Amino acid sequence: MKAITRAIRPEQLREITLAALIVVVVLFFSSQIQGYFSGRTFNRVTASVAIIAVVAVGQTLVVLTRNIDLSVGSIVGFSAYFVGTQLANDNTLSPAFAIALAIGLGALMGAINGALVAYGRVPAIIVTLGTLAIYRTILVDMSGAKTVVVDALPQWLKDLPRTNLIQIGELDIRLMFGLAVFVVLVFQLVLVYLRFGRRLYAIGSNPEAARNAGLPTQRIVFSAFVLCGALAGLAGFMFLARFGTITVVAGQGMELQSVAAVVVGGVNIFGGSGSMIGAFLGATLIDLLEQSLIRWLRVSEFWRDALLGLLILLAVASDAVILNRLRRIWAQDGVSVQGKPVE
Amino acid sequence: MFHLPSALRRWETLLLAILAVVVLFNVTRSPFYLRIDNLVNVFELSIEKIIVALVMTFIIINGEIDLSVASVMGLAACVVARLHADGVAMPLAVLVALTVGLLCGAFNGFWIAYVGLPSLAVTLAGLIGYRGAARILLEDKSIGNFPEWFNALGQRPLVGPFPLALIVFFVMLIAAAIILQRTAFGRYVYVIGNNKEVARYAGIRVKQVKMRLFMASGLIAALAGVLLAARLGAVRGNTAEGFELDIITMVLLGGVSIFGGSGTLTGVALSILIILNLRNGMSLANITGNTQTGVIGALLILSVLVPNLVGRLRALRSRMRPATTGPTPQPAQEVEIS
Repeated sequence: MKAITRAIRPEQLREITLAALIVVVVLFFSSQIQGYFSGRTFNRVTASVAIIAVVAVGQTLVVLTRNIDLSVGSIVGFSAYFVGTQLANDNTLSPAFAIALAIGLGALMGAINGALVAYGRVPAIIVTLGTLAIYRTILVDMSGAKTVVVDALPQWLKDLPRTNLIQIGELDIRLMFGLAVFVVLVFQLVLVYLRFGRRLYAIGSNPEAARNAGLPTQRIVFSAFVLCGALAGLAGFMFLARFGTITVVAGQGMELQSVAAVVVGGVNIFGGSGSMIGAFLGATLIDLLEQSLIRWLRVSEFWRDALLGLLILLAVASDAVILNRLRRIWAQDGVSVQGKPVE
Repeated sequence: MFHLPSALRRWETLLLAILAVVVLFNVTRSPFYLRIDNLVNVFELSIEKIIVALVMTFIIINGEIDLSVASVMGLAACVVARLHADGVAMPLAVLVALTVGLLCGAFNGFWIAYVGLPSLAVTLAGLIGYRGAARILLEDKSIGNFPEWFNALGQRPLVGPFPLALIVFFVMLIAAAIILQRTAFGRYVYVIGNNKEVARYAGIRVKQVKMRLFMASGLIAALAGVLLAARLGAVRGNTAEGFELDIITMVLLGGVSIFGGSGTLTGVALSILIILNLRNGMSLANITGNTQTGVIGALLILSVLVPNLVGRLRALRSRMRPATTGPTPQPAQEVEIS
């Protein structure tokens, strides 16, 4: 027992379980659906995972500090619509400018959230429930009920979703998916190796203690929200590239999807534990299940939400019940365990 | 230097002042405002939300949150519609819908009270899951054609100018005020919200109280959903979607702390009046529903931000003049329990 408990920590066990689950799901559906195990399935899943994964990375940063950002869906929509309008008006705008604009817009909206939470001391759930409505309102008022259409967009943007990074046999690794994986890995490294990353855990584990230990908690929470907004802005750009046609309701519901990915990925909703890899695997598992079940059961898409809700509940329940028991075993074996003890 | 009487510092007093401003503004802007049918209309358009806001007050004072209420409302409405379309008698359909709501609440309550999961996560799953169940029932159809008496209950006045839903609301408001302020159960709700551990050591059945609250939340949300179905006359899979934002805003603007333990029904009732009158005033001034939602969102943030800032300014002032004696002013947000 000791050998195992020394080799891996409970958090890593969560990631391994998720990865194993993904493999099981793929194998199971391969045996059930003809032509399931193919490049097409891979492309379909990666195309939608790419966007939600980037949002989930930002959400993880915020949730780690014991906060939550419910406004990300509105930020994604705002960024997609605003950048889309600019590009439609002026096809000569450079890609770099468009991406910078998307990220900058997102960061600005994230900064508003962060300032209210960190310096205004308003609970994050209140602030972001409010800005969820406010950002969307501004977008709807600004749009004048117009829609961004694919035809008006520049060619490079239309080509982007089909651009391959590399091709391995039948599998196309799309540029957008590559970008998402890059973002996940960079922020995973930030969490593990940078002082900023470690401080996020410290604040989430015990805000009071973190403050007493002299950490600039306000600044760190503020930064987490700015980064979350910036990533949602980037996701908005990816959303624009993928769908082309952007209405004012674009990105609606993404706040819940990202929270779902984060929670299923083993990030504690009360902060202090979790990883980017976990959130990414959570997003992947959810998407894979959704798309596979629809094809397998021939159930309508209307089943999607009911299954998603159940999945989140199972994830949270298993996290509380199983992981806490495991942590106790780990604790008995005398290994220091990151994360919170049982209540 | 003048000192405000303590009554003026209370959150409710501030709300009353805001309400007066909103009403005054409305009266001057529109000659139709004070007509009785407009005043009934003010309530009627959001009556289902304010019914649910009453039970949400209990839940938030208890230190929890229920994000799934709007989905339960939608699910109950869809159950009624689907059963009606399948030929089930209307009273039975309503009964089934209410039972479904109660079960949804019990399901939430079980995971929160007995397994100990965070209500934010459980009811978020509920928000998505129950909405999904509603969509499964109706897919993308819209079902209406309810019996005439059912529609009449939602759309016509029952007693004098008041429709059924409004009467239900006032009865529930009185019942809620009595339960919260005058019964042991009401005190338990506050004590648990203040400190769960202390409540447990004091012999309060914390799990039972929480379970009952969530069951009540499910049942009342379902009732509100049925009333909504009757008022609208037709139900879709997305009926009541997004209502949780308005409902939670009403409660928090009323001075109920999101961390639990404090808040009053008086405050919530005042904040309901403010939000309804604000929306009505904006409608009369031809401001779109979309902008109204944004304004309510801003109001939600300000309702916590302003007392915070005022509290900190006071703290700063008292630190700068240590010679002044007397009681330290309390931040406005900390409303007394009773």
